[in-house]
Amino acid sequence: MSAPTRKHSAPLDWLIPAILTGSAAPFVLLVFKAATGRLGANPIATALNQLGLLALIFLVACLACTPAKILFGVAWPIRIRKTLGLLAFYTACAHFFLYAAVDQGLRLGSVLTDVVKRPFILVGFVALVLLVPLAATSTKAALTRLGFKRWKRLHRLVYLIAILAAIHFRMRVKADAREPFVWLAIVAVLLLVRLIDGFRGGARARKKRSVMAAS
Amino acid sequence: MRPPIDSPKSAEITDQGLYVRRREFIRRAGLFAATSTAWGAGLVVLSGRGDADPPKPPPPPPAGVPPLRIAERGKYVVDEATTSFESITTYNNFYELGVSKSSPARSAGTLRTRPWTVRIDGEVGKPQTVDIDTLIGWFGLEERVYRMRCVEAWSMVIPWLGFPLGELLKRFEPTSRAKYVEVTTLDDRELLPGENDDVLPWPYVEGLRMDEAMNPLTLMAVGLYGRALPGQNGAPLRLVVPWKYGFKGGKSIVRIRLTEEQPVTTWNRVAPNEYGFYANVNPLVDHPRWSQAYERRIGESARRKTLPYNGYAKYVAELYRNLDLRRYF
Repeated sequence: MSAPTRKHSAPLDWLIPAILTGSAAPFVLLVFKAATGRLGANPIATALNQLGLLALIFLVACLACTPAKILFGVAWPIRIRKTLGLLAFYTACAHFFLYAAVDQGLRLGSVLTDVVKRPFILVGFVALVLLVPLAATSTKAALTRLGFKRWKRLHRLVYLIAILAAIHFRMRVKADAREPFVWLAIVAVLLLVRLIDGFRGGARARKKRSVMAAS
Repeated sequence: MRPPIDSPKSAEITDQGLYVRRREFIRRAGLFAATSTAWGAGLVVLSGRGDADPPKPPPPPPAGVPPLRIAERGKYVVDEATTSFESITTYNNFYELGVSKSSPARSAGTLRTRPWTVRIDGEVGKPQTVDIDTLIGWFGLEERVYRMRCVEAWSMVIPWLGFPLGELLKRFEPTSRAKYVEVTTLDDRELLPGENDDVLPWPYVEGLRMDEAMNPLTLMAVGLYGRALPGQNGAPLRLVVPWKYGFKGGKSIVRIRLTEEQPVTTWNRVAPNEYGFYANVNPLVDHPRWSQAYERRIGESARRKTLPYNGYAKYVAELYRNLDLRRYF
């Protein structure tokens, strides 16, 4: 075909709107089910579990962007990384507010006692609090203000957050820990890919330096 | 080759441009639709598994189960609205039929409850294996409306149908060495397929102190809402100890053994720091991971205060007069 192709200049401008639209689906479904009494006998617990899991899914998807580039050389996931991170943050907020406002009935005393006394809630709460600075510095302006190096260092917190989120899930479960372990394993693999790449990258850089020094 | 931008616009070139843009638009719209659909569907599937879709209420009891006759009502009736039959039969913790709340109702079809026998042995004068219908036939069934408080901080009000465990035990003449009662759930991977997963050591074992077992509140339930127990609620025979957390109530019981030593009970064995042998409902002693001061009554949105001994203190508090309830939780 002789038509001019725009493959390389194609802006993928449909990608983020598609991710946002698709991401609305579980929320729309949740609201619909809640409104029509289809969340089972304990709808608040069901909604809490689903929002929590959804936040973890967004977080893991966000963490998978860089390994996707490292392993498969695809660059487009990097374009949706920020969107996924913000989705994880907003979903985690919804998860927490459902817990505090509906589950605990805005009894701030019992929320505070829970956070302080129960390791499982504390772990989830810390993960949420750590997400705040990342969400707040997600703009280009914040990146310029901080400088890339510091910005990147700050955003490495996301590794810790993902581990905390998976542990929070594991601690909630009474006996069947298979599902949380699957998530924990996914997070571990995603981190490992970066770690290995980091070492190899480091080794390459060192080699390059020594070659240059020798010549 | 791409024509230079400032080339003269002939009709032909314009047409081709439109054509290309139209194709490009369709391509991108297609990519948008496919990506958003796939991403949305993936999220729905991943986040909404398990508890999301409650199953329909169970069909009437299977064939071969004789109808239950209620001989007595109103002896122990909680003055609170009963939880709906649908909630009681679709929101269950019965790991032998799956670990999610809704899976027992979905999987209960595998649990055939006839023929069924119960072995009563250990420290009894007359050990025996009894057919379930013979056993039920010994008693005039009572309807009792009890609170049920799960250790997970939710609760229900359930109209059980059954007979006191104490009445059953007396028939087998407990010896003077009988200090505890141990109840064992059916160990059968075909009838209870959840036992194929090693989430707990099977079979499920629960137990009571003898005086707890002989307390008139302690019930062996064979039905609820006036009909035979559905599989997911522990058919054909289960223990109900209303002042204790729900996990004390062993389901689908095949063996009742009287012992001198305290039985090794399942949850206590798996996580002794979280689930005590006594497991009396106590708002003052928290579970390590959550507060036990409040509970969610299924069907309500605000939490209720949890009552000491689940509201049965006047019947049972005496049993624990000399017991440190923080140590023996």
